[in-house]
Amino acid sequence: MAIRVGPTRHALEDLELRLLLEGIYQHYGYDFREYARASLRRRVWRRLLEEGLETISALQDRLLHDPQCFERLLVDLSVTVTTMFRDPSFYQALREKVVPLLRTYPFVRVWNAGCSTGEETFSLAILLHEEGLGERARIYATDINDVVVRQAKLGTFSLEKMREYTQNYIRSGGKASFSDYYKVYGDKARFDPSLVDNVVFAQHNLVSDSEFNQFHLIVCRNVMIYFDRSLQDKVHDLFHRSLVRFGVLALGHKESLRFTSHTDDYEEVDGREKLWRRIS
Amino acid sequence: MAEDLLSPRLIVVGTSWGGADALAALLGALPPEFPVPMAVVQHRGADSLEGVLVRFLQEHCAVPVREADDKDAIEDGTVYVGPSDYHLLVEKGSFALSVDPPVTLSRPSIDVLFESAADSYGPDLVAVVLTGANRDGTDGARAVKEQGGVVLVQDPGSATRPEMPAAVIHSVEVDEVLPLERLAARIAGMGLEP
Repeated sequence: MAIRVGPTRHALEDLELRLLLEGIYQHYGYDFREYARASLRRRVWRRLLEEGLETISALQDRLLHDPQCFERLLVDLSVTVTTMFRDPSFYQALREKVVPLLRTYPFVRVWNAGCSTGEETFSLAILLHEEGLGERARIYATDINDVVVRQAKLGTFSLEKMREYTQNYIRSGGKASFSDYYKVYGDKARFDPSLVDNVVFAQHNLVSDSEFNQFHLIVCRNVMIYFDRSLQDKVHDLFHRSLVRFGVLALGHKESLRFTSHTDDYEEVDGREKLWRRIS
Repeated sequence: MAEDLLSPRLIVVGTSWGGADALAALLGALPPEFPVPMAVVQHRGADSLEGVLVRFLQEHCAVPVREADDKDAIEDGTVYVGPSDYHLLVEKGSFALSVDPPVTLSRPSIDVLFESAADSYGPDLVAVVLTGANRDGTDGARAVKEQGGVVLVQDPGSATRPEMPAAVIHSVEVDEVLPLERLAARIAGMGLEP
């Protein structure tokens, strides 16, 4: 009897990817099954090629038997390329429209969800410091991967980036001299560790972990673009539960609440900068 | 091939140096009722102001032009522009964005747009490479051909910068190489016949 060769190469690869994600979930407990497919495929392929492999099935074999290979994939899936004070107009809006709201609380809790390598966390810490909230604000910076979280905590970035970051900082309404915040070691800029005295760095998985505090501000920019709509909706449930009433949610410039079941639970603080305030 | 009637379900366009004017010519030739959705990646700096390119292109184009948001449904009769400092990816029927590392030094990258569109649309895809001074788009064009799509390239001789279209023609068996004006007319005729 001839073996029926069913799926095309393309459909076969889709099957391999689904099996890989199921295997990772069953074996390591990390659930990527509702990640947006196109970018996930690219990241899996990048890992596969760097491992010197040719098929997703071969990658599955290695991932399941070699936890270090899984660690490497986990880094691939959590590192994004961003800058300090990315979108200066966003930070300006934070200063002008959100800080006055935060000032009304005796103590402020901020969640930087999906902090990756820390560019955003240090930007937020500098902003709160300059607005006089440094002492009475605590930032919780979380990411799915503790390797990345440890990296974020170091506050060490490539020196060659500092010109761009300085420009962003100035355009964001920065009040000091940016270079006062870091010291140069070789080709690295190390930010003043006291900036993050009030930052709690921790591993947290938006897909599977639950709420852990009540926040006045949640910053989660360009993280949920990696999720499909159904997962986005679940994470919005989590954020909704984690925000105090009148707490503020900040998303990336190209994200919205449009496709979620929480559209009516928020009012706009700044539509262009994607700042919303929880009203119910 | 040149006489074939093409009726793709999606058109993807990539361009770099000199791209704004080339895009204005390409989109300017579209009739208002042009039905096929189009996704455009134009290389530009991370700090380029939001909406400037869209407004410029809309002045020349009878079809609505807008910047793609994450998870936007791909609707007929719309030209989508990839936002600066994000990759634009195509899923079946919708867009997705990413802030993964630059590819071929670019974000948005043409390769990323073309490869993801090839995965999702296969033979129902037409990819167009216009003027540019690097080689982004070559790997993407190859992926489009591998999935049975069609690749059209601006004649390097008619391009502000020939390197990008020339790189594609050099490495990929493309379907047609046309000067900008004829390329624009070719695309304007797509999807309009019964």
